Amino acid sequence: MGRPVLIEKIGIPGIRDFAVYRAHGGYSLAEKTLKKMTPAEVNREVTKSGLRGRGGAGFPTGLKWSFLDRKTDKPKYLVCNADESEPGTFKDRYLMEHLPHLLIEGLIISSFALGVKTCYIYVRGEFKYIIGILKKAVDEAYQQKFLGENILGTSFSLDIFLHPGGGAYICGEETAMLESLEGKKGNPRIKPPFPAYKGLYDCPTVVNNVETLAAVVPIIGMGGDAYAKIGIGKSTGTKLISACGNINKPGVYEIELGLPVEDFIFSEEYCGGIKNGKRLKAVIPGGSSVPVLPAGLILRTLKGEQRLMTYESLEEGGFDSGTMLGSGGFIVYDEDACMVRNTWNFTRFYRHESCGQCSPCREGTAWMEPVLRRIEQGEGKYSDIDLLVNIADKIEGNTICPFGDAAAWPVSSAIRHFRHEFEFHIEHPEIVKNPDHGSLIQYPVSSIQYR
Amino acid sequence: MKITIDNISIEVSEGTTILEAARKIGGKIVPPAMCWYSKLKNTGGKCRTCLVKVAQSSSKDPRPIPKLVASCSTPVQDGMVVQNITSQEVLDARKAIVEFLLINHPLDCPVCDQAGECDLQDLSFLHGVVETRSDEERREFPVIDIGDKIKLNMNRCILCYRCVFIADQITSKRVHGVLYRGDAAEISTYIQNVIDNDFSGNMIDVCPVGALTDRTFRFKSRVWFLNPMDAHRECSHCPGKVTAWMFGNEIYRITGRKDEFGELEEFICNECRFEKKELTDWFIERPKKIKRESVISANHYEKLIKSSIIHPIEGTTEQQE
Ligand SMILES: Cc1cc2nc3c(=O)[nH]c(=O)nc-3n(C[C@H](O)[C@H](O)[C@H](O)COP(=O)(O)O)c2cc1C
Ligand code: SF4
Ligand code: SF4
Ligand code: FES
Repeated sequence: MGRPVLIEKIGIPGIRDFAVYRAHGGYSLAEKTLKKMTPAEVNREVTKSGLRGRGGAGFPTGLKWSFLDRKTDKPKYLVCNADESEPGTFKDRYLMEHLPHLLIEGLIISSFALGVKTCYIYVRGEFKYIIGILKKAVDEAYQQKFLGENILGTSFSLDIFLHPGGGAYICGEETAMLESLEGKKGNPRIKPPFPAYKGLYDCPTVVNNVETLAAVVPIIGMGGDAYAKIGIGKSTGTKLISACGNINKPGVYEIELGLPVEDFIFSEEYCGGIKNGKRLKAVIPGGSSVPVLPAGLILRTLKGEQRLMTYESLEEGGFDSGTMLGSGGFIVYDEDACMVRNTWNFTRFYRHESCGQCSPCREGTAWMEPVLRRIEQGEGKYSDIDLLVNIADKIEGNTICPFGDAAAWPVSSAIRHFRHEFEFHIEHPEIVKNPDHGSLIQYPVSSIQYR
Repeated sequence: MKITIDNISIEVSEGTTILEAARKIGGKIVPPAMCWYSKLKNTGGKCRTCLVKVAQSSSKDPRPIPKLVASCSTPVQDGMVVQNITSQEVLDARKAIVEFLLINHPLDCPVCDQAGECDLQDLSFLHGVVETRSDEERREFPVIDIGDKIKLNMNRCILCYRCVFIADQITSKRVHGVLYRGDAAEISTYIQNVIDNDFSGNMIDVCPVGALTDRTFRFKSRVWFLNPMDAHRECSHCPGKVTAWMFGNEIYRITGRKDEFGELEEFICNECRFEKKELTDWFIERPKKIKRESVISANHYEKLIKSSIIHPIEGTTEQQE
């Protein structure tokens, strides 16, 4: 469905090199922007495009840019969030690995729009080879005068610095990232003040995701109005989805927002259906932090409408029966997956990654984890299930940063939709002691679906 | 700017936080603060005990704020309406926070030097949480001496970061901090550095719990056996105004003077705190008035001790008054 807009050049051999990228029309939009457009015009196109942040929260990019304090005489910064560490999400890595110059072109256009002269790319530390690819691309861009002083002879100058992270998921949270860039421990800041006023080194700062900033290139290419025509309603444009789990074709796909979830999972063009002819049990559509939905609810809303890959459709039903598009980390579970083990696994991750600053998150994640471990290992009791719901509930909304919610939602949604699996673990300790017990769990037939 | 907290209104200047406004009003509507400290910059936001409900953001924008906010780090807007003890949601959340703070707390009050003047102890009584529902093993750290004056019992720490900020802001050099993250986070001196500078002793006083204690506290004694007296001396490093904790004519311990919110009125130097323990060193003024509602003054202590190691001695609580 639809032609790729963002990663259309990805199949071209050697596209990672400047020369090939340039020969296929790359950097012509940066050139057009710097020579023929004003910053206000770029801002207008981005606002018209309806582009929403692709890092997870879906905040309108044009609006975020409009908050940047432009009256200041301090320097302003653009920080590109390439810390991608959310379990299930690997779309930015794919983009940076194959199209590093697309990201740099996006950074040039965005920096021009924001009046920024210094831009940082904060790259997840474990992405060592990606850092090498980006470094080579940035060096090439400097050599070709697309970065540095007076780019292409205009009055616009821009420096890009690469900053590898130290291996902390929390540094993907924008204010923790700013702390980390300043050389401090990656503890999220207490807001207000917001980065648009007091960000990096107390200067006005915009933080955007890799995919968001890259998407500015096609927006300038086709114009904001044309971009807004792709997609449905307030979910405009295309989105990279990283699909993984029990599917035939895991990988990164660019979809037009509005694609039915069912088509995404079962069509040959995308995931190619469930592996080994199994049935679909559950999906986490937006990275580990968003609520899991059982097959029935991910394909159709409670109202019986087809569920679409849009921000709005996935949220339909609120947390009772809906979820979120998040970062687009699409994780698919077949009928043999154990939702208790999966939940425990995620909670181990959140316990390990909490920065530990605020008490509900630090203590709550460290409390839920061993409770889940006990249940998974056949040592749980009934009261543990409600205890988990209660702990998750007490973390949610009471923390400094959204990490607390991200740690709470997987637990509360798994219990909301798969309580029978938790009960099964408590009732059948001898079965769940078998490490491959996923296929042995009995559940109501209604909770799994054939295509 | 006008703000209304639990139906009581007050005028405050711009930039005041909700907590500061509440302290101006005073009394029961003041949210408890375990990490924010008025005399230290950048503190607050971490413990979440001060969460309140904003029922109306401002007169311009009458909408409520959906999530509870940390009153210590949320500035007042004109016409803001806040609920603290009048909101069940707030009370429930606070109770949950207290429980979170207690999960890994050793509850070793009977042998803790802070017992009787511990903010966490007071808070847990106020919210009726003495134990947690957690069956999991508690986190354990070895108790260490950080220098010859201060003992660190990390098991009691609530990671309020006050001792970190105070070392940054009033001592010449900070040699300790928070290492690691999540529930593995700990206060430590990297590679066992020694904390040794003129004002480091104030870390003990700003610590809301018994994680940092005074190694020079003479002849270990429960604080409620002692008479706190306001005292002063001529000091070339600090104002020299302290509380001397006495038993008979002996000074067992020197601390800074605390106000009704449990905060130090003034920081004192290490010489006054650790080295001057003779009656002749001090001019004793008068018995200290303890205003705040502590566990001890409310005579609740025996409940906490339960099947305990040390039994409280009757009549000792009156000494606080
Ligand atoms: C715990 C946590 C981790 C996050 N990790 C990332 C990340 O790896 N990449 C990212 O782009 N945004 C991440 N975010 C979201 C960022 O804080 C921020 O909203 C985003 O970078 C803004 O960019 P956007 O508006 O372009 O989406 C994370 C947020 C939280 C709370
Ligand atoms: S919610 Fe968790 S990760 Fe975020 S500041 Fe609090 S402890 Fe740190
Ligand atoms: S040692 Fe005391 S002052 Fe320092 S962080 Fe822990 S509780 Fe706070
Ligand atoms: S006092 Fe406000 S969060 Fe600790």
